[in-house]
Amino acid sequence: MQLRVRALETVLTEKGYIDPAALDPIIEAYETKIGPHIGARAVAKAWSDPSFKRALLDDATKAVLTLGVVNRVGDHLIAVENTPKLHNMIVCTLCSCYPWEVLGLPPVWYKSSPYRSRAVNDPRGVLADFGVTLPADTKIRVWDSTAETRFIVLPMRPAGTEGWSEEKLASLVTRDSMIGTGLPKAPSEVL
Amino acid sequence: MDGVHDMGGMHGFGKVEPEANEPVFHSDWERRLYALYRAMSYTGVWTIDQSRFARERLPPDIYLASSYYKKWELGMEKQLAETGLAGPDELAAGHALRPGKTLKRKLTATEVPNTITRGSSTRPAKAPARFKPGDRVRTKNIHPATHTRLPRYARGRVGVVEALRGCHVFPDTVAIGKGEDPQWLYTVRFEGRELWGESAEPSLQVSIEAFEPYLEPA
Repeated sequence: MQLRVRALETVLTEKGYIDPAALDPIIEAYETKIGPHIGARAVAKAWSDPSFKRALLDDATKAVLTLGVVNRVGDHLIAVENTPKLHNMIVCTLCSCYPWEVLGLPPVWYKSSPYRSRAVNDPRGVLADFGVTLPADTKIRVWDSTAETRFIVLPMRPAGTEGWSEEKLASLVTRDSMIGTGLPKAPSEVL
Repeated sequence: MDGVHDMGGMHGFGKVEPEANEPVFHSDWERRLYALYRAMSYTGVWTIDQSRFARERLPPDIYLASSYYKKWELGMEKQLAETGLAGPDELAAGHALRPGKTLKRKLTATEVPNTITRGSSTRPAKAPARFKPGDRVRTKNIHPATHTRLPRYARGRVGVVEALRGCHVFPDTVAIGKGEDPQWLYTVRFEGRELWGESAEPSLQVSIEAFEPYLEPA
């Protein structure tokens, strides 16, 4: 593949379609700037600031912009809230739609056939693959991202984090907890 | 199209296998390919739905056996050939054999920070929305041979409109060069048993994002 992609780059450059100098900044942005730390900040702020939480659930596109870490958010980012009675999970059964702006590029498993096929009819089985077991009376809601709307899960704030700073809270927020295939870390895991 | 990409509910793919401390890219060609795709998309020669449709049209055995970015690479080659932007002979030769076409714009390094998020797909509406939150709707039992975003598992099923998400570019037409034809978009929620029958967990709910032409009153 290395050779094939190099040929592609050469042809597109020689044809005048692309400027190779623009490629590295794109790669750098996704490897160093855009990632789950952005979503984690939004979640941590929602955990500590009730008015931000309302704003996030009301219009996540606008709310994430107020964090000042990204200069643009694609339209219709939607935050969905986990509660003791409801667990949300995000999937794209048709391709790989994922909230890039707040989580970065999706992991391989998110784009894989097992996840795309099973999330909608066996979410508890998928959770088991991640080592997560939910109480039997927690309802599961799966959001299939079949359009340009994008979803992020607002997980529940772990117990035992009273008085924590937003920064410290953000260290508990995992990528998977914002997709719905994981839970936030326990306070004991970061102390 | 009823292709292998439409995977919701299929059996036999096995366990989900998360990778601990997964890197953003797994090899240098993935990095380059991803950036090449973004740079080409910036020129305006294709839309996201045309790219999706190109990948969906890969032969099923190739689609299933290829890694994610390999699918992107194959889809991009297909699009370059179909649009006449670059031929398979040129990719095989590793050099341009003919002059390039003139494109609308070219991505430069300084412009990259403004382009790393998705473009907007919302458009002004031509007519009021037909449905409102709370309405019961049935998805149509359609099987177009072309691109659609109504997954097979959710066709001909009764659900409830949960939210109106604005008016968006219609993938079914834009993917085949028939224009944006903007349509209202809804979140439609189904009970698990409506989709999967008695074997579904009773409390499961699944929603899709459904364009208005996919829906009729129920």
